[in-house]
Amino acid sequence: MVEIALPKNSRVQKGIVHKADKKLEKPRTLKIYRWDPEDPANPRMDTYEIDAADCGPMLLDALIKIKNEIDPTLTFRRSCREGICGSCAMNIDGQNTLACTKGLDETKGKITVRPLPHMPVIKDLVPDLTNLYAQYQSIEPWLKTDTPQPQSEWKQSREDREKLDGLYECILCACCSTSCPSYWWNSDKYLGPAVLLQAYRWLIDSRDEATGERLDDLEDPFRVYRCHTIMNCAKACPKGLSPAKAISEIKKMMVTREV
Amino acid sequence: MSEMRTPLSRVRGLGSAKKGTEHFWLQRVTALANIPLAVFFVSAMVAHAGADYVTVTAFLSRPIVALVMLLLILSMVWHMRLGLQVVIEDYIHGHMAKLLALILNTFFALAVGTSSVLAILKLTLA
Repeated sequence: MVEIALPKNSRVQKGIVHKADKKLEKPRTLKIYRWDPEDPANPRMDTYEIDAADCGPMLLDALIKIKNEIDPTLTFRRSCREGICGSCAMNIDGQNTLACTKGLDETKGKITVRPLPHMPVIKDLVPDLTNLYAQYQSIEPWLKTDTPQPQSEWKQSREDREKLDGLYECILCACCSTSCPSYWWNSDKYLGPAVLLQAYRWLIDSRDEATGERLDDLEDPFRVYRCHTIMNCAKACPKGLSPAKAISEIKKMMVTREV
Repeated sequence: MSEMRTPLSRVRGLGSAKKGTEHFWLQRVTALANIPLAVFFVSAMVAHAGADYVTVTAFLSRPIVALVMLLLILSMVWHMRLGLQVVIEDYIHGHMAKLLALILNTFFALAVGTSSVLAILKLTLA
């Protein structure tokens, strides 16, 4: 059954308050989820006060500042700091997004930062995405062909190439999948918006010769049809893509070949 | 130990069920059919608001009305069964509990459907 309450050892406690030791020009307060697998204590929300006047403009800058200057134990993933690697996906003020593209000035008052929802937590803001990556692998996200490799490249018309727009931009940050209630309840079998958008990216690729097999593999009450068009995915996507639309296109393909 | 299975093996599981589209499609088709049928039913009931038993049973026993009512029952009940099935599959995860709920769902839909059909037939064939 769906679990409404968190298990006892997952309930979030009040955490440590790291007060600023001097007067801040532009004070901002961040409440950040903390959990250490080596500490038997429950997770907690720690509070940090920083000076936004002495900090880069993005939420990721604030996290790096905290790690550098206040609390080096704070753990999070980050890499490119420009919205292309997808590492710093987290839940900021209740919305899944990338810390590196979320401006501090886009937020008001206390900023609450949690890891991506409903995933096992490895530490602090680092979620375990093993299942999502295995699901991505399961859709075989590469060009599949039987025709012998051409001398030059596989050709594609301009129109067919345009069909990949709105799909190829996906950086697999998992903001969409972890915002989807259907994925929360059924991620063991439902592939979720991120992986289905990727599946559609290969289904619609004119160069691919395995469209039918790909559809066969998706034809399942759980893999695709747990999508109930809740649309959280499209709302969460920090790249402005619509996994919901991609999923409905997959459903259309399924119906087209049957009816 | 299931923990020793690779993530890919767990995700692939028993493979694709190779069905699901028919369920999806039938749910849309019955939803489409329900629109005019429900409009007919609701407007007929509103038109007969306050009417006595004899008038209403006479109306329902007219062949064309009975026919539309039968279609309404079939479409609604089938739509209900498909919809509830999705809710059960979404939220009930224990294998036995899920199986039991799915079977009861079908029995319930059939009970509602056949008793409603019987009522209409009784009126129109009496």
